[in-house]
This record gives sequence, structure tokens and C-alpha cells, in this order.
Amino acid sequence: MAFISNGSSIRVGQSSPHKLGLNSTQRVMSLLILATLPGLLAQIVFFGWGSLVNVLWCVLIALGCEALALTLRRRPVRSCLSDCSVAVAGVLLGLALPPFAPWWLSLVAVSFAVIIGKHLYGGLGQNPFNPAMLGYVLVLISFPQEMTAWLPPLGLEGHNNSLGDALSAIFGQGVDAVSMATPLDVLKENSSLTINELWQANPIFDGMAGRGWLWVNLAYLAGGLFLLWRKVFTWHAPVGMLAAITIMATLFWQGSGSDSHGSPMFHLLSGATMLGAFFIITDPVSGATSNRGRLIFGAGVGIIVYVIRAWGGYPDGVAFATLLMNMAAPTIDYYTQPRTYGHQRASKGLPKKD
Amino acid sequence: MNAQTNLIASSERKIWPLTGGVHPEENKHQSTTRPIGSVPLPETLVLPLSQHAGTPAEPVVAVGDKVLKGQLIARASGVISAPLHAPSSGVISAIEPRPIPHPSGFSEPCIVLSTDGAEQWCELTTIDDYRQLPPEELVAKVRAAGISGMGGAGFPTAIKLSSGLSIRTLIINGTECEPYITADDMLMREQAQTIIAGAEILQYMLGADECLIGIEDNKPEAIMAMRTALSQSASADKMEIVVFPTIYPSGGEKQLIQILTGQEVPSGKLPADLGIVMQNVGTAVAVKEAVVDGKPLISRITTLTGAALQTPGNVAVLIGTPAHHLLQHAGLQDSQLGTLVFGGPMMGFSVERLDIPVTKTANCIIAATRSEFPEAPDPQACIRCGHCAQACPASLLPQQLYWHAKAENYEQLLHHNLFDCIECGACAFVCPSAIPLVQYYRASKGVIRTLEAKQVKSERSKARYESRLARMAQESAEKEAKRQANAERAARLKAAKANEQPGVVEEDPIQAAIARAKARKAATAGQPARVELSAKQKELRFSSLSPGHRLKRLRRRSAQHRLLAMTPRLHG
Repeated sequence: MAFISNGSSIRVGQSSPHKLGLNSTQRVMSLLILATLPGLLAQIVFFGWGSLVNVLWCVLIALGCEALALTLRRRPVRSCLSDCSVAVAGVLLGLALPPFAPWWLSLVAVSFAVIIGKHLYGGLGQNPFNPAMLGYVLVLISFPQEMTAWLPPLGLEGHNNSLGDALSAIFGQGVDAVSMATPLDVLKENSSLTINELWQANPIFDGMAGRGWLWVNLAYLAGGLFLLWRKVFTWHAPVGMLAAITIMATLFWQGSGSDSHGSPMFHLLSGATMLGAFFIITDPVSGATSNRGRLIFGAGVGIIVYVIRAWGGYPDGVAFATLLMNMAAPTIDYYTQPRTYGHQRASKGLPKKD
Repeated sequence: MNAQTNLIASSERKIWPLTGGVHPEENKHQSTTRPIGSVPLPETLVLPLSQHAGTPAEPVVAVGDKVLKGQLIARASGVISAPLHAPSSGVISAIEPRPIPHPSGFSEPCIVLSTDGAEQWCELTTIDDYRQLPPEELVAKVRAAGISGMGGAGFPTAIKLSSGLSIRTLIINGTECEPYITADDMLMREQAQTIIAGAEILQYMLGADECLIGIEDNKPEAIMAMRTALSQSASADKMEIVVFPTIYPSGGEKQLIQILTGQEVPSGKLPADLGIVMQNVGTAVAVKEAVVDGKPLISRITTLTGAALQTPGNVAVLIGTPAHHLLQHAGLQDSQLGTLVFGGPMMGFSVERLDIPVTKTANCIIAATRSEFPEAPDPQACIRCGHCAQACPASLLPQQLYWHAKAENYEQLLHHNLFDCIECGACAFVCPSAIPLVQYYRASKGVIRTLEAKQVKSERSKARYESRLARMAQESAEKEAKRQANAERAARLKAAKANEQPGVVEEDPIQAAIARAKARKAATAGQPARVELSAKQKELRFSSLSPGHRLKRLRRRSAQHRLLAMTPRLHG
């Protein structure tokens, strides 16, 4: 009975399970960041060093804002920062913003995302909207000119890609970078040329979805498959979104004439499709939570993305679609509970009052 | 490895996959290197009166009584209960509250037995051929032997055997999916024949056509031993050993039924409703010993393991043996001990004392070091990653249950089927934020049970109050009727008397009626139209109402009270 008498040798009341798995939020978030690397690499290759500078700058702002918000909220700064969740938001915004986005644009987007989008709602796990997309939409609406200034996908033979150029473009006075519309822009603005003529007129867009964009999307797809393999998230949301885009793009393709909306392949591999499917809408906090819910959530995003691309006012719509579906997520959750063991059917909706 | 694949291949029966599940580190090899050992007889045995699910047993001995090994010392009280027997011979030294193996750390009434070392058995009645007896008599023997489920739940076995429903399938559970625990594994390796014999008796008692013995594929030696024993037994054609992939928590009753039969036990029902009864391998051995050898349940196999023990292994333990006696025998290094757990790492509970006794359900004691069961890290925010939902064997949404438990939203918890949670801990095991999810569910279940009990109690007292009022109203109505009848009779008598008196002039009935009406009018004219009644008058008026009116009024009142109180109402 030395056990009870010397007291110190035993801990009090630990609840089962007594041993936990090795999973941790930090691990999940680190894997996410790791999985963005192929995409980041592809963006650096095709759009220059701006993307890398952007990502680093955005992460720095994100960490700073998080530390500030945590201090104001009197929460443990170190342990919360170490869960890496805010770094993910920073990385995603850095990847989503145009490569030569000026420093203040990133500052506005990221600080809004972290302070308003995340901490005002109560911090990690409490935010109803995807913080990165909130920040993105804010600057997209407020600064449309800066936000549409994408660089031409020059690739390795490009000349405006030096690190110095990127730094001065972002933090300095800016350089005379040749800004250029993205393939989605070109297709949207087009009303007279057939697809073949259009592609010939813009040789830089050869390939299925424009040279750079195709590879960037494939890189994000690779990163996403890696995350699926590591079971960071389930396949439901990405498959829902990609399937919905494919179906919509097939239904409303309208061939290759001048009123074409582009082929399904074009839509799958251009713009932010893959980044959105695997890195944005898989954010568990603001998405639906059951497997079936995630499938519906993803499909909703896919449909809205296509609607915006084909008939809306913006060339791409991943950010808007994500926010709209974020609003629908709680309702989706209520109607997509899985069928519990031993029950005939799944419970739906709200609990009945008496 | 080869033997293992052969064994798996040789089970042809279709099996169904477990929903969800996790693969925690098994840590079973530490306690399977030695055969099942024994421990010296302890000086005192502490026997809690409640070692089973249901009402505690009632002592039938007094302090100072001398008892023999196997003698009844506490009888079952009520239907769901089990008796208790002396695990060894000696003297009853106390009947008092002692710390019991329970997460609360509470003390409960226990019978304390000072052993005399003689191990002198009481008289046992053995049976040569149990098939000569009707199943009911055998079930009575199981009941009298005090057997309750030895896999951990501790439900009195006899009740499962006498449900009155027709049983098709008997499942013998040799899964033992919890890490660390090897009591069933070693039992199957060493006493396979006894298990088969027990299964045969159970099958006879239930009248079940088939018997499935489910074993996870991480126990090749046990599978081999069981297959050999079965092939040598007479009922090889009525039993089947089914081997299935190792995953936690496949050994849960509902989960094993799903794996072996593809059926789900309907929520709120029992396996017997599907024609299935499940018994643990340890219970099968206890049944054989009770029926054939006439021995009550006084010992069991318990795994002693954990890195704080120098010689982990399995031992045959007398019920009531204090944990420290066993741990010393297994070479406990006192300074190393960080956490003492009864049961497995996934579902067991930590205890704070070393003098806790082994009960009928104690399949494992883990003396873990600090690094082995490290203190849980501070929980982080839930990010709704849904890993818990992927792991949940009951297809619940643990992340939603967690939110609603935190918000104390009991309606939503019931809507999300909280009570279908088996508390296996798979969700908490995979949670990246280290949230003690199971603890939230346990706490919420407790609160809901309390609220429901309160609700039932208040409904019952309301019904009692209403029926009392109705009874009183009826009584007074009867009294009133009697009084009126009396008055009428008196009036009739008076009238008859008056009629008998001659010389009284008959009044004109019409004139008389007019006069009466006038008098009434004059009387009411002087009074205000409606008088505000005092509380007392109201009560009087109330009691003069007819019973039906009174009930109506009461209902209206109690409805108002309910609205005011706004007590949470659960279940529609």
C-alpha cells in the first residue's frame, strides 16, 4: 500500500482511453503545408518567384496576426501557434493571390482572414467561414485591378522571374511586369472566336487549359492525392466538387464554337479548381462534417464554381462558392447524419420538440 | 506467419467488415510468454456485494462465521442479480464498505474473508451427464453458481440463458480486441477443451442450432488449440471457429454480431431479439465448471501486465484478491508505477489505490509506467476533422456529439443517438486535438439519465396527486348524493305527514312559483354582480365542483406550472 501512502506515485483519475494515437492537429496541418509544395513549385516555375515571396510574406503576417489576437484574447500564444493552423491559412492565401500582389494587398487579406475571419468568431474550430477565402474575397472585391494582374505563364525561359524582380514588385514601386489575363478570363471575354481560333490567337495557352495552369493544377492534384493517401481527409468533398464541375461542364459545354464555355478538361485543370478541391473545401472547420455531407458540400461548390465561371461576373468562383457553401454547411450537417448502428434509418433535421 | 495465413484461409464462412475501428498498439506479447500461473493464497479476500450488473447481493453470513470454500455467502436479490460464494475457507472478519474497482474510487459494502489456508471445499454436487437434466435446471445451476459475464460487462449469465426467446445462434466471444489483455487468449491456448465443453452445455441450454466461436487473427496459437479441441469433440459439426481480421473494437457484443452474421442488434434491443446469445470464453469455462463439477464462480484468469511489472503474465486468481497481492507476485517496481488500470487501455479505468480487489469482471490489471500511459496532453480546439467519425464503430458523429455535449444540448444529443455509443474510445484515440471525447459522452449520458429519472418521478407523483384528487372528489360526490337522497326522503316523509293533516288549504302552484321568483330577484338586486372570492372561498368553490370539472381545472393549472418551470423535457 505504498502506493496510496506516499501519494506522489500515482496520478489521479485518468479517463479512458489511457493511450492515444499519434495523430495531432500539428501533424495534420504540417502534412497540408507539405502537400502544397508541388503546387508552389509549379507556380514558381511558371509565374516566377512572386508566389514564394507571397507565401512567406503571408505566413509571416498570419503568424503575427494570430499572436496578436491570442495575446488580446489572453490565450496561450506558443501552444496555439504551434498547431500550425494559421500557417495553413497563410500559405493558401499566398498561393491564391496573384504572384506580384503588392505587400499591402496580402496584409489586408491575411489580417482580415485571421483577425476577423478566425478570431472574432472564437478562434480555431469556431469560424463558420473559411478564413483564407474570406480574406481573398475581401481583396477581390475591393482591389479588382491588383487581383486580376496575373503574370503570363512564361516558364523557365521567362525573363521577369528573378527573385529581385519579385521582391521589388511586391515590396517596392513595382516593375513593369507584363500582366496578362488567365485562360478563364480569355474564355469568358471571348464572344467572337471559336475555341481553336482563340487558342491560336493566344499561343501561350496551348494545351488543354493553358500551359502553366495545366501543370499547376496537376501539381495540386498530386498534393491532394498524397493527403488522401495519408488519410488527412476523405475523398468525399474533392470528388463531389470535381464530379460536379465535370457534369456541369459537360452539360453546358456547347461545343467548340464562339459561345463555348470550355471543355470539362479545361475547367478541371484551370484556375483554382484543384487547389480548391483538395486544399480549400477540405477545410473541416467550415465544411460539412459527415461523409455524405461532404459529398454534397463539394458538389455544391462545384456547381457554384461553374455557374460563376460560365455566367457570373468573375472569371473564377472557388472563393465565392466556398463561402456560399460554408453558409449551407450546418443545414447540410443536420440532414446528412449517417445511419447509426442498429437504427432503421438516419435521423434527419432538428430534434423534434416533444 | 505461414500458419496464420493458413488458419485464416481455412475459415470459409463469410464474414462482414467492422464499421470504423482503429489499430492501437497491441502490447499483448509481454503477457503471453508464460503459461497461466497461480498466486499464493492471500490472507484476506475482499468481496464486493455488487460484482455484476444489477442489484447487489445480500449477505447470508455474519461476522465471525466460519465458511468453507465454495459456500454461499451472499444471495441474489431480485431478478437481475447474482449470488456470491466464499473463494476459500476461513472466517468472515468484516462486512463493511471497502474501496471497489470503480472509476469513482467509492467504497461499497464488501464481505471480508480471512483465509485459514486449509482451502477446504464445501460439498459439491457433480453431474455425469448433463443431458439427462432439462435445460431449465442447468440454467438454475448457472444462476446459483453466481456466474456473470466475464468479458467485462458482468451481466448475470443466467438471464441471458433464459430470455424465453428462441435462440438460433450461440456466439462464443474469444475476440479480446483490447490491447494488453491476454486472459482469453491464454485460456483458449490452455483450456480449449473446457471452453468447447462449456459451449456445448450452453448450446444445449439455449437449444441453439449453431455455435460460432469468434477469434481475431492475432491469436494463432489460440486458434490452433481451439481447432484441435473442436475436431476432437463430439460436436464438431455443430460448432465453427471463425477467424477474422484484428481491429479494435471487434470484440464488442454488437460489433462481433455484425462481423459474424452481418446483422445489427436493433437500437434498444438485445441480441436475443435476433435469436443470438453471446458468451465470453471465460464464461463458457465457468458454466462448464458450474454444471459438471458443481463449482461456483470463485476464481478467474486475470492478465497482469504493464511495464512496471518485472514478470507480466496471466494468473488464476481467487475473486477478492487485492491488487497489490497480485502485483507484488508479478514483481511490481513501485517507483516505476505511473498509472494502475483495471481493464484495458482503451476502456479500462484508472484506480488510485492498490488494495482494490479483483472481481468477477476483472480481466486485466495494467501497472503502467509514466512513459507507457503518458498524461493526456491538454486538449486543443476541435477542428471537426471527422477522423473520429471514420473510427466510430456505431456510425455516430462524435464531433457533433462533442459540440452538443459541450453546449448541454440534450435534445440534440439524443437526436444524434448518444445512447448508441458503446464508449469504446476509438474516437478519442484518433482525435488529433486530444479531446477526451468519451468522457464528455459519459458525463452527458449521466446527466440525461438523471433528468429522465427526475421526469419519471415527477410524472409519477403528478399522476398520484391527480388520482388522489379524483378519489377525494368522488368520495365527496358520493357523500353529497347520499345527503341529497336523505333530504329528499325526509321531504317526502314530511309531505306525507302534511298530507295526512286535514284542513291545510292547497296553494295554487303557479302563484307560488311567481312569488318564489320575485323573492329571488329582490335578494340578488342588492348584491354586486360578481364578488371577488378569497383564496379560501376559491378553494371551497373548487371543492364543490364536479370531479370532472376539477380535473380539468387542475390540468390547466399544472400546464401553467409546467410552462413556468420550463423543465427540459426529454424524449417525445
